[in-house]
Amino acid sequence: MGAFVDLMRRSRPARVGALIAPAMLIIGIFMVLPLGLMAYVSILERGINGGVQWGVHTVEAYVAFLFEENLLGELSVNPDYIRIFARSFILSFVTMAICLTIGFPAAFYMALQPEKYRNLLIFLVTIPFWTNLLVRNYAWILMLRSNGLLNEALLGLGLIEEPIELLYTNVAITIGLVYSFLPFMVLPIYASLEKLDLRLVEAAFDLGANKRRAFLRVVVPLAMPGIAAGCILVFIPSLGAFVTPELLGGSKSMMIGNLIQSQFGAARNWPLGAALAFALLAIVLLAMMVYLMRFRRPPSAG
Amino acid sequence: MMAKRTRNPLWRFTGVPQGAAFFFAYLYLPIFVLIFFSFNENRQATIWTGFSLDWYGEVLRNDDILAAAGNSLIVATTATLIATFAALVAALGMARSRFRGQDAVNAVIAFPLIIPEIVTAVATLLFFVIVGIQLGLTTVIIAHTVFCIPFAYLPIRARLEGMDKAIPEAAADLYANEVQTFRRITLPLLWPGILSGAMLSFIISLDTFTITYFVAGPGATTLPVYIFGMIRIGITPEVNAISALMLVVSILFVSLSFAVGRMRR
Amino acid sequence: MKRMLMAAVAAGVLLAGAGAAKAEGELFLYNWSNYFPPDLLTRFEAETGIAVTLDVYDSNETMLAKLQAGAAGYDVIVPSGYMVAILIDEGLVQPIDTMSMPNGGLIVAPHDAPFFDPERKYSAPYMWGTTGVTYDSARVEGELEESWKEVFEPREELQGEIAMLNDEVEVYNAAAYYLGFDKCTESPEEAQAILDLLEAQKPHVKMYQSDGTIDRMIAGEVIMHHQWNGASHRTKNDLPTAVYVYPKEGITFWTDNFMVPADAPNPENAKRFIDWMLDPENVAVASNFTGYMNAIDGSAEFLDEALKANPAVNMPQEYADRLRPSIDCSVEARELRNRVWTRLKS
Repeated sequence: MGAFVDLMRRSRPARVGALIAPAMLIIGIFMVLPLGLMAYVSILERGINGGVQWGVHTVEAYVAFLFEENLLGELSVNPDYIRIFARSFILSFVTMAICLTIGFPAAFYMALQPEKYRNLLIFLVTIPFWTNLLVRNYAWILMLRSNGLLNEALLGLGLIEEPIELLYTNVAITIGLVYSFLPFMVLPIYASLEKLDLRLVEAAFDLGANKRRAFLRVVVPLAMPGIAAGCILVFIPSLGAFVTPELLGGSKSMMIGNLIQSQFGAARNWPLGAALAFALLAIVLLAMMVYLMRFRRPPSAG
Repeated sequence: MMAKRTRNPLWRFTGVPQGAAFFFAYLYLPIFVLIFFSFNENRQATIWTGFSLDWYGEVLRNDDILAAAGNSLIVATTATLIATFAALVAALGMARSRFRGQDAVNAVIAFPLIIPEIVTAVATLLFFVIVGIQLGLTTVIIAHTVFCIPFAYLPIRARLEGMDKAIPEAAADLYANEVQTFRRITLPLLWPGILSGAMLSFIISLDTFTITYFVAGPGATTLPVYIFGMIRIGITPEVNAISALMLVVSILFVSLSFAVGRMRR
Repeated sequence: MKRMLMAAVAAGVLLAGAGAAKAEGELFLYNWSNYFPPDLLTRFEAETGIAVTLDVYDSNETMLAKLQAGAAGYDVIVPSGYMVAILIDEGLVQPIDTMSMPNGGLIVAPHDAPFFDPERKYSAPYMWGTTGVTYDSARVEGELEESWKEVFEPREELQGEIAMLNDEVEVYNAAAYYLGFDKCTESPEEAQAILDLLEAQKPHVKMYQSDGTIDRMIAGEVIMHHQWNGASHRTKNDLPTAVYVYPKEGITFWTDNFMVPADAPNPENAKRFIDWMLDPENVAVASNFTGYMNAIDGSAEFLDEALKANPAVNMPQEYADRLRPSIDCSVEARELRNRVWTRLKS
């Protein structure tokens, strides 16, 4: 132990390595290795009854992602998967934007509370999610359907003349997704806002900044790491969401999650499912790289 | 309170309490609906016919659903502890230095977020089978830990970023040893990030269905797996009742931990 | 925080302990949740001293995927007919010789010789049912024709008031019946015709959903629902005007069966359980619970009156020639089907 501490104190790279090691090992062994296996599955021939034929190779799955064979056996571009990917990205982006809009004031408010209440508020944000995912979606169905709570309330207030159809639309999917992912936006923002140095804000006001300027120039930049973390935690998982589109969207159109799920289910086409997942991985990693290259700021600004 | 309001310059931004009120209403309204329907006498989960406590009786008599809830709590707690620890030290390692490959490390940590659940699920199961690890509750915990790491890591990382590095270094200059510095200064400073990350891990683990389903061995059914299996025959208010009971458990924990915290002070 | 987590672990252990086994013999049952009466399991445990652990899955396909990937440890699984054939083909199950079990002779025709396991060498019947259509007769003028036409080319009052099962196979099969095609067609032209029919129908469909079908009908969210007959029966309990239709073009009938995986740890207990479930009185308890018919001679006297009186469950003989078995299709046919489904929802 003593020698270990000594090594840690002297060698910086060793220390960094030791700190990163647990997470890297866990993810490396139990995520990256299995994914390597999956990459192999994606170039295998599908089994007749599902599963794969080990040792029989083909790139069919990747061809099927982009192209389809028409009746004459010619390849033409297959728009289906591309449309499903595009829809998923748009819905996830909207979800992320709304989460940010609703979540930011909440995180801000939490950071303003006296210290002894703050931890309590963190729990308050997560307690609803101790319930089950399915029943939460069912609760939304009860509220959104044409004779549901929301319509009754709006009718009662005289805001609308007749019930509006919300359920089984993209609006309903978005409401459900926003609900599912709100804590993942609020808590990271809170974590970075909570350490906000009030003197900086005070100084901004003292120097004659109006609220808008003080907000945009001081508060937002300081909260930026939290906002970025929150956006990642909302945007990416909602790409793969499959329960909410099914229950609140009435399954009239698929998202990526449903599509890939069905390849391991009714379609029994593991290689295509795996290929679709790697296409998604490639797109997301590419987007992250572009983001890093274009918007990377010097550490001092963060 | 009033004094605080005038002193803290942040209160000058308008709309914050209103925004927060809307947020909490949005968060809790469905929960009230859900609890309300746990007292429904009808077998159908979404049609109200009258008040009854029957479903709570059903839940308490149903050993399978209770065992599943127990499994869920065990898995979520263990996975959260391990994932939060791994995420915390990784975040510290990443914060203390700049090195080549940092982006790659970040990307690897984000992997579990990006891959759709079903693919991770089948991949992990294939891996366990090939390596020869017996499926059980342990395999579920391992898979959940992997999945929870990015959820714990990102809030902690966000907290660390831009944090005044001078503080721990100043303490080191004052001959505090590393462990002391960490316990007295770094940890309290990081606490909001750690707590946020741990809570997010916990709730994501409680909800994760597909991965759990695939890597669970016999006898390791968790609550979401059990409830999804009901889909074919129809969800009953039993699910609302067990959800309400889980809420009670969560509130008990929170109250307990605060009571203990008070006593220590 | 640490204290809280400790408390969570303690509570978890307590809860888990509530379901712990107590006898020496064990049985791992792998089934849908809520598809087996809990009281019946308790009775089995009391009578035999075998402790049963129940694990659950949500579809035949996910169960197959899990077994194919190599998951082991289950003694009894409950796949549907077409899946029985696949499991045998994949070598994932072991023979149990159902007909030579003490109660094997009680299985009624045609369930004693199904196409997927003609000698009942590997499987024993549990429940069987059909996938048809239910509508609320109080909300429709007159009577509907017994045809898929009412579903795929709905009259005006039904437009936008129809829910379909969110099930690639069931929806595709129904469309194939209506158009008079083989549901396992390998012809792209026929698949295209099915797609055209489904796309034309889609604007009139309120949603594709397989769960909550009963609630949806009772709450009046839709007038017509593509539905399993057991669910239709339970819909009728709360909505007496619900009518189940056996379309004249054909209706899928399926059987769920008990099987024993090849690597089952307790195969003897598994067989004992299966034979016990072939007992008329025991299986009747299951029928009363699930709302589906069983295939055991002599169970009728133990069935609820409501079950026997409902034509949705107790099928009138004149419909017998409309039944079409649920079968598995070739890879080509499945590929076409999946492409139709994906395009429909893209």
